[in-house]
Amino acid sequence: MLKQIEGSRAIAEAVAMCRPGVVCAYPITPQTHIVEALGEMVKSGCLKDCEYINVESEFAALSVAIGSSAAGVRSYTATSSQGLLFMAEAVFNASGLGLPIVMTLGNRAIGSPINIWNDHSDAMSMRDSGWIQLFAEDNQEAADLHIQAFRIAEDIGCPVMVCVDGFILTHAVEQVDIPDQEQVDSFLPPFKPVQVLDPDAPVTIGALVGPDAFMEVRYLDHQKQIMALDVISETARAFKRAFGRDSGGLVRTFLADDAEVVIVAMGSVIGTLKDMIEEKRDASRKIGLLSVCSFRPFPSKEVREALKNVRHVIVLEKSLASGQGGVLAAHVRSCLREGVPVTTLIAGLGGRPIPKNSLSAFVDGVKGAANDELLFLDLKQEVVGKELEKIRQFRASRSAGIKPSKNGKTVPIARGRRKKA
Amino acid sequence: MFQMRFHGRGGQGVVTAAEMISVAAFIEGKHAQAFPSFGSERMGAPVVSFCRISERKIRLRDPVFEADALVIQDPTLLQSSDIFKGLKDEGYVLINSSREAVDLGIKHVVEKMPRGHVLTVPATDLALKHIGRPLPNTAMLGGLAAITGIVRMDSIARAIGETFAGAVGQANTAAATEAYAYVAGKQRAFNPVYREAIAC
Repeated sequence: MLKQIEGSRAIAEAVAMCRPGVVCAYPITPQTHIVEALGEMVKSGCLKDCEYINVESEFAALSVAIGSSAAGVRSYTATSSQGLLFMAEAVFNASGLGLPIVMTLGNRAIGSPINIWNDHSDAMSMRDSGWIQLFAEDNQEAADLHIQAFRIAEDIGCPVMVCVDGFILTHAVEQVDIPDQEQVDSFLPPFKPVQVLDPDAPVTIGALVGPDAFMEVRYLDHQKQIMALDVISETARAFKRAFGRDSGGLVRTFLADDAEVVIVAMGSVIGTLKDMIEEKRDASRKIGLLSVCSFRPFPSKEVREALKNVRHVIVLEKSLASGQGGVLAAHVRSCLREGVPVTTLIAGLGGRPIPKNSLSAFVDGVKGAANDELLFLDLKQEVVGKELEKIRQFRASRSAGIKPSKNGKTVPIARGRRKKA
Repeated sequence: MFQMRFHGRGGQGVVTAAEMISVAAFIEGKHAQAFPSFGSERMGAPVVSFCRISERKIRLRDPVFEADALVIQDPTLLQSSDIFKGLKDEGYVLINSSREAVDLGIKHVVEKMPRGHVLTVPATDLALKHIGRPLPNTAMLGGLAAITGIVRMDSIARAIGETFAGAVGQANTAAATEAYAYVAGKQRAFNPVYREAIAC
């Protein structure tokens, strides 16, 4: 049924149709509307056989989900930003225990400085935690990915994080096709756990594993992720057969077949990029797009295939690995042959808008890139220039025994106070 | 694509206004996208929200920089330097005020725009009359339907009904309907040939 609804509401309705037995979460912007809606559904009785558990922190939220999932119940939680960091230990535990929990991550920047707006830093902080990470392009896909996520998670025994851009998607009201309960029921059968915590038949899970076996456990985690590549593709195909639309999968291309330049990106910025790329195509520019839906597992083969004939790759990413550059760009670089330059474009950090016009001007400006480079969209050069100059002056003054004064001129430090060299 | 920006203050229903007009467009079978300016919500702080309406699926996710219409729910915001930024030459401005637009210190804008494209509606007065509270957003929507023709008044009424149940919905619809008639009357005075609808 087509509805004009907020992204968070669409996600909540999709999650409810997956018939979770436990929903637990701690409120944090911009994820809050999702669990608020689920809480209302449980209270009103329209989400049956589900316990909504109020907890005192994100750490508790995921810990409860771990417990309920281990007890054989389909379990769901959601968080954002600092909330994900606070549950970090439990994040690794959930995947290490092979528990098929589904979590929405309403993507938000990480402080300090404190910032409630969107970027992908939170997702990137958990990229090696053993969770599957899927990124939604719009609210239709955000809703659809949750239905797929439970099936993927329970198929391979691995938790799935559905990454949805905070505010840009979670708070956007747009048209979403909410499927019927019967459709979801036939796509997603009831959860059949491999092993269940049961007081009548006690087992130990999460026991100490020593040096003799730990590496094998990690190796198997990796193999599970590799298996997930097929499961994610197959689930997207099954979803299309059942619901009639493309959602999820590993990667998607747009006007990339004959493209000389391809932009690689994840999440909601894909829509803006499609509009911009169509305009460039009208101006005879051979440019295309590669949208990465599955960041974990990373679909290296599909990325390599999609980029095999390109001359230049631009990777747009909403997070910055300080001291390195772009995480997604490094992944993409590893899939390319030598001689294809990769331009990393850091954009939208802390909710900075990514205007179509800025992207258009950027694409026009990087026509002849010869080498890998790291660039920032709409960076306020005058601001960072001044700050860098201050830092440079301060460091120089320390080594020369002078300090910068308030008016920017430097004055010598009194002799007696100077440290001996 | 028709792009709108709503300016107001926290507590005036600026975000709900954008959402309701998106619902009205959806009712008419159009695609619509409404979203807030993503600030921390505080009573009285300036708030901006956006709405796009199109016959095609809307992919664009950036804020509305080039607006076809501006809805200004609080006239004290008129003096902020960038409120008219990006307003298209043939665009529309609707301001919540019981005074005329030329008397609000924005004569330069009124004179630059086509006749009848910058209008006022006493939305707060209409809200007090019908709803009993100074919430101008639904009256502004009625006025917006009249000045732009982007959605029909009956679609606005249905969208209000879906957002507010029962007597509250009826009171808001009454405010919107009177605002619609008020703005439509003003616009007819400016443009004898009144457009019933515009393409988007």
